[in-house]
Amino acid sequence: MESGKTKIISVLVENKPGVLHSIANLFRRRNFNIESITVGATQQQDIARMTITVNADEKTLDQVVKQVAKQIDVLKVEELESGNFVMREIALIKVEVTDSKTRSDVINFVKVFRSRIIDISPDSLTVEITGGPDKINAFLNLMKTFGVLELARTGITALARGAKSIKIDD
Amino acid sequence: MPKMSGAQALLESLERQNVDTIFGILGGAILPVYDALYDNKKIRHILARHEQCAAHEAEGYARASGRVGVCMATSGPGATNLVTGIANAYMDSSPIIALTGQIPTCGVNSSYMIGRDAFQEADILGITTAITKYNYQPQTVLEIPQMVTNAFHIATTGRPGPVLIDLPKNVQTNIAEVEFTDKHNIRSYRLPQPPDLTKISQAAELLATAERPMLLVGGGVILADASNEIVKMSDLLMAPVATTFMGKGAFPESHPLSLGCIGMHGNPAANRIIGEADVLLAIGTRLSDRATTNLDTFAEGAKKIQIDIDAAEINKNVEVDLAIISDAKVSMEMLLTAISEKLKKGKGKAWTTRVKEVKEQLSPMLKEAPRGMTPKALLSELRKLLPASGIITTEVGQNQMWSALYMQSLQPRTFISSGGLGTMGFGFPAAIGAKVARPDSIVVDIAGDGSFIMSEQELACSVTEDIPVIVMVLNNSVLGMVAQWQRTLYSRRYKAINLGKSPDFVKLAEAYGAQGIRVASIDEFKKAIKTAMTSKVTTVIDVPIGSETDVVPFVPPGCGLPEQRGDY
Repeated sequence: MESGKTKIISVLVENKPGVLHSIANLFRRRNFNIESITVGATQQQDIARMTITVNADEKTLDQVVKQVAKQIDVLKVEELESGNFVMREIALIKVEVTDSKTRSDVINFVKVFRSRIIDISPDSLTVEITGGPDKINAFLNLMKTFGVLELARTGITALARGAKSIKIDD
Repeated sequence: MPKMSGAQALLESLERQNVDTIFGILGGAILPVYDALYDNKKIRHILARHEQCAAHEAEGYARASGRVGVCMATSGPGATNLVTGIANAYMDSSPIIALTGQIPTCGVNSSYMIGRDAFQEADILGITTAITKYNYQPQTVLEIPQMVTNAFHIATTGRPGPVLIDLPKNVQTNIAEVEFTDKHNIRSYRLPQPPDLTKISQAAELLATAERPMLLVGGGVILADASNEIVKMSDLLMAPVATTFMGKGAFPESHPLSLGCIGMHGNPAANRIIGEADVLLAIGTRLSDRATTNLDTFAEGAKKIQIDIDAAEINKNVEVDLAIISDAKVSMEMLLTAISEKLKKGKGKAWTTRVKEVKEQLSPMLKEAPRGMTPKALLSELRKLLPASGIITTEVGQNQMWSALYMQSLQPRTFISSGGLGTMGFGFPAAIGAKVARPDSIVVDIAGDGSFIMSEQELACSVTEDIPVIVMVLNNSVLGMVAQWQRTLYSRRYKAINLGKSPDFVKLAEAYGAQGIRVASIDEFKKAIKTAMTSKVTTVIDVPIGSETDVVPFVPPGCGLPEQRGDY
């Protein structure tokens, strides 16, 4: 696939078995790359939101949106326009801390990045950081200098800005 | 509300969708449905001899009639054997419903339940996700009627396609008070709105002012029943019409403005003219690789307008200047009105004169047929003997491309072939399905020896179920198309293409109780076709042809349409 930019599409789907399979299958079949995919509830119990991050050029993205929209269980697909949405990701990072200097350095960075320490052991700190991928990447790069023992990232979830909302009528 | 089993509810639901035929093979996990069929008077069950062929038969039925074809199989291998047939229907947008039996969802013996790898279990929903438009698995009897209604709605509307319903055995046997409904209720499935009027107007302007307009017609036109509108449009614009392979039959190939098929093995006149057009209107075609060949030079001088019901087909393969997302018939009707208003005076004759000149120069049909048992001479004779309503199916390979080149199609739904998937063995079962759908039509499968033996066992089906069709085996004792590629692109390094003289097709036909005739001349061939056309049983005509006969001309990989090569 040609390299392009990271794009985020927000997809509202019927909240029922098999839907994630059919969307994931579609990406594989059409040779689209998923960078991350998050699935969760919406304000309507029978509808789930998938937030899919793809790396694609304009032509490929156009195909992604159309092919996803074509899936029977998809109610709505939107490409989130740059600058016009809010997005967050959570990362849990377990950092190696073997001496008190490292420990206080990590704690300082945690303060600067407005992140939180959620677990402490004699040789490690586990940090929870929430933000956009850029912020998380910057923090992660700093932590790598101390030694990252484990990392878990949720992938991006996002919503368009403003009062506009998508409501699906029965 | 009536009390009944899931199997009975299924059959009742199918009847409400006017299903009169199911092509299938039974097995343990679908037995309750067959038990319900025992009492059913309205639905004819045709016993296929391989599930793949049951699916092809359902597709042949659908494509010959415009109705939905239904096939059925048991769980596990029965279901997986359907897969190629379902994939074929998906690629060619054919509305079929596939019913499969499944292991129970629960029961007394917990090791015989979905997910425990029980005997003949296969995850057919997972397997067919990529090759169905949708698939279902009811968990209760109550869900069945709505599911069947929705399945038929999905299969037949928008861009048609296959839908599979996987029926756990306990759901087939459970009894419930069932309520039937003819109303579909899929809120997430939306059909295209009427076409955008501005775009219709823009397209009309482009076409009305074009000097060299051309129409390119795909299978979508046949599905939308828009052939008459295409003929009217061609007459109005004095525009030549080419079809894709899947569009063959959508425009009568006897029409003076017909160019035949474009593509890798297309009619050279069509491949030439498309490079000269200034406006190209493509309707109901995904502009596939075999139709367009080299995308950089495809109709490079033309402004391109694409009409398709599937928004995802717009700009997928070819970038177009104007797109209309719509049913072909609806938009063509609107375009006809809009163009009539804009077209002040008739088009000049220069373009039609040029089209006529190119056809005379290049069209294979206007060149004299070589003497002897050549595909062109044989198919020209077949055309003369077969009524316009006669249905042709083909296998895949050289037989298929010769049929595209030399067998003129005069009506929609009279040319049925595996276009997208290219499934060898498709033509014969498709012929059986077509004959069931249109028993008054003569159905001929133009076959190759390599393809026909892939579904030859359906001779048993055609004989025992009384479905007489004609199989014309262009027998060159090789897998001809790949042999041609090895000959021309791999320096004659022939590998694994030789079929020898086995089987003896006359004896094979006779072994199944069908009629077998071997012919040694054109006259014998004509006589055999006449005999076969009045025969009460299926006839296999063994037609020996040279093993080094090429399909020509041919656009080599990477070249554009006008760069066709080969003497013909």
